[in-house]
Amino acid sequence: MAIILTEAEAKALLTKVISYSKADECEVNLSGQAGGNLRYARNEVSTSGSLINKNLQVQSSFGKKVGIATIDEFDDASLEKVVRRAEELAQLAPENPEHVGVLGPQQYLKSNGFFDSTAKITPDIRADAVIKSLQLSREQNLVGAGFLQDTYGYSAMMNSKGLFAYHPSTNVNFSLTVRTNDGKGSGYVARGYSDFSKLDTAAATRIALQKAQGSAEARAIEPGKYTVILEPTAAAVLLENIFFNMDARSADEGRSYFSKSGGKSRLGDKIVDERITIYSDPTNPELPASPWSGDGRPQEKTMWIEKGVVKNLAYSRYWAQKQGKKATPNPNNVIVMGGTSSLEDMIKSTQRGILVTKLWYIREVDPQTILLTGLTRDGTFYIENGKIKHPVKNFRFNESPIIMLNNLEALGKSERVVSTESDQNYLIPPMKIREFTFTSLSDAV
Amino acid sequence: MNRRDFNQLISMGAAGIMMPALPAFSRTVTPEALLEPGLDVSMKKRLADAALNAAKSKGATYADVRIGRYLNQFILTRENKVQAIINSESYGVGVRVIANGCWGFASVGDARDESVVAKAAETAVTIAKANSRLLTEPVQLAPQKGFGEVSWKAPIKRNAFEVPVKEKVDLLLSANSAAMQNGANFVNNVLFQINEQKYFASTDGTYADQDIHRIGPSFTVTAVDPGNGRFATRNSLSSPMGMGYDYLQVNPKDKSTGITTRYNKGYDMLEDITSAAKQAKEKLSAKSVEGGKYDLVLDPSHLWLTIHESVGHPLELDRVLGYEANYAGTSFVTLDKLQSKNFAYGSKEVNIVADKTQVDSLGAVGWDDEGVKTKKWDLVRDGILVNYQAIRDQVHIIGEKESQGCCYADNWSSVQFQRMANVSLEAGKTPLSVQNMIKDVKKGIYIIGDGSFSIDQQRYNFQFGGQLFYEIKDGQIAGMLKDVAYQANTKEFWNSCVAVCDQSDYRLGGAFNDGKGQPGQSSAVSHGSATARFNGVNVINTARKI
Repeated sequence: MAIILTEAEAKALLTKVISYSKADECEVNLSGQAGGNLRYARNEVSTSGSLINKNLQVQSSFGKKVGIATIDEFDDASLEKVVRRAEELAQLAPENPEHVGVLGPQQYLKSNGFFDSTAKITPDIRADAVIKSLQLSREQNLVGAGFLQDTYGYSAMMNSKGLFAYHPSTNVNFSLTVRTNDGKGSGYVARGYSDFSKLDTAAATRIALQKAQGSAEARAIEPGKYTVILEPTAAAVLLENIFFNMDARSADEGRSYFSKSGGKSRLGDKIVDERITIYSDPTNPELPASPWSGDGRPQEKTMWIEKGVVKNLAYSRYWAQKQGKKATPNPNNVIVMGGTSSLEDMIKSTQRGILVTKLWYIREVDPQTILLTGLTRDGTFYIENGKIKHPVKNFRFNESPIIMLNNLEALGKSERVVSTESDQNYLIPPMKIREFTFTSLSDAV
Repeated sequence: MNRRDFNQLISMGAAGIMMPALPAFSRTVTPEALLEPGLDVSMKKRLADAALNAAKSKGATYADVRIGRYLNQFILTRENKVQAIINSESYGVGVRVIANGCWGFASVGDARDESVVAKAAETAVTIAKANSRLLTEPVQLAPQKGFGEVSWKAPIKRNAFEVPVKEKVDLLLSANSAAMQNGANFVNNVLFQINEQKYFASTDGTYADQDIHRIGPSFTVTAVDPGNGRFATRNSLSSPMGMGYDYLQVNPKDKSTGITTRYNKGYDMLEDITSAAKQAKEKLSAKSVEGGKYDLVLDPSHLWLTIHESVGHPLELDRVLGYEANYAGTSFVTLDKLQSKNFAYGSKEVNIVADKTQVDSLGAVGWDDEGVKTKKWDLVRDGILVNYQAIRDQVHIIGEKESQGCCYADNWSSVQFQRMANVSLEAGKTPLSVQNMIKDVKKGIYIIGDGSFSIDQQRYNFQFGGQLFYEIKDGQIAGMLKDVAYQANTKEFWNSCVAVCDQSDYRLGGAFNDGKGQPGQSSAVSHGSATARFNGVNVINTARKI
């Protein structure tokens, strides 16, 4: 059987699996994925790999006793066996008081996240894309280390109450670090697309080359509070820590930034500048996502922060039921609405500031304020009187994205970025922030 | 360490249960299946020979094969509830070859047939030949003698998979109950158990059958003050270990008593969680630190992570050479520093060893994943840099004749590459207790447990938090502090080390999930030390007002 099933094939397979069930309820998740990767370093190809994976997961329940079993073989005997195993494990399991039954049939939005251009990548096409990048770094006598990874696949689910969902998708991520031969300059670029035909590895490589050359001979300036312009790749790794914390239960339990005194949450509070709107929408053509979550809940266009105000927090179905709230699932994509400034405008309007192109090793220092630490990397520049003056040595920062979004000066146009920390793709604009806190210098290049 | 580290896993505010990352291609099994023996060793040899012969006949000049069976059990609880019990097994074969001077790799799941394994070997050769077109320098592999048919077993006293699930669940839930009774508002408590059954064979003539066990109990206790909306957490002072269930055997000899009890090779979960509940509450009203220079007294439960990030990683030769430039980064410890033979990595007190043989450590094996017998070697001796960590295709670059034996792949489906050995700070040679170390400190902070961690891509500038911070004033512990993090430069920090306690205080810390490579692979590694003192380190206050 093929690794990637059509909607009809997936439905037929899932119907068969459900027919074996003897449990009170049964829910089956099915997925298939294929793809490949090519890695290079020191201007040479280093490793390559391919991925083929299919998986079927059965969740069976008797009352509040739940068992989960998985399998990657899809012949009839194996399918029946996996259902029996899930039932066996459910009978052995302790009762889970937080178990809620499966959902009935749902309506989903249409989202197109599958592109033939990506699904049909061959090892030769992958190598050609990488060669375009390698040639440029070799020609310029710079040192490239990069990674190209593409996947295509689908996921589907069905349950004993008649819910059925199917979503095919493709994704390609390309990242590259270019260093000068003497190790004094380093530049980075990352690109993520659903549609491989949008990826231009040569154009991307030129950006990294330029940053590598431009960042050499960096000068040290004193750490402290600076106006910063964050390119989207830098902003993403800070902002995603807000998204990761938007869980209603943690907020209600008093153990999150989204909690406040008196056992309440910040739902409805204005927490950041009113120009900040953060939402999710699986149908966005630039960042298509699955229109359903893993438990079958529909993904709708959802406002998380609108004009600075917290509009929604994510609920598990159990917690929503207990609190009498709508069970809004965790989003499958995140979009930060952009503004009207261009990166050039932001630089031009800056008297004294720092252009940050990438951040690295982001960790939460204090969950109470979402205080994060990390460092600038691969191209940090000093701006004076509206112009980029010279590269500067890297800084360590300690800053909260919440404080940062309260110190907003300007927003640019949103673009698709890949988080260098979590590999998630987002739509995020470049942004200008005042009083960003750098706490020490690093000699790292 | 990987972003998705275990502390994050259990201290997460994130939605509901966060499933641990299972090894690639895992399927769930019953708890009983975790005790099934797997393939007989003679069958494994037959499969391995089929792969090696196929590779050679297709033109490989070298080949190795790994037949891996990876068994995992995760038990996740919160307060009085079991959230999930996951048992999984991943089985398959990975074949690596050199053909036309170039590496090639292919893997296949559920392979129990010689023809299937031979086909994977042929694929690996095809890939090697295809990629050799792009190569300018052929691979130089350090020679390695064959060891014949050998085996290695972790010296565990009690296989964790033989312990009934109920016994483990009862332990976790009774610990959770102790936390709640002692003032915790919430507790997340998890137990991870891992068994790697690995069979390695190579054209050098080694057939190594190995049985590796790891265990990792870990909790986070949360205290909330609803009046002012503040909360505080305290994570367990346990460590993941290369041990069986014997790690959870309480033994007074394994306890270091003091302001709070720390543990060596026998972890008392009930005692630690009871302290944790009280300390999480105490943190809510602790004094906020005043930033500035302090002498730091660092417990092994904390110092392991600083060693890992600021010594273990920069001394990995593949980073030094630039193979990790696009992700994990390079290293400030460039080759000229080793060649100079006088690079002062630290003060004279600093002796750091790499060791793939250390008993009960996470990294201990008999042979590494390219058939090299494991050993112990110096990285820093009397403060001077003396070596890196390197594998067979790298050692010629540092003038060594044989690999140091630190090659590892996290799954049969992943290709092996250079990974960190257990890297540890040797205990001091002169008798020194923690109490006597603290007695000499005028203005200092005593830090226990690991917290937030971040370091730059060349490993110069780092910042670390912790679990427990105690102010030291004129040789006495003056009370609990909060909002503490220290920032330093690796070389300055290790050169500020003025004393290390003696062997009686030596303990292991570690992580299951050191991340490296693209696509990412995770590796388990331990770091030992005794309590050590570092003078004049910059401490910042991390509290912010919003």
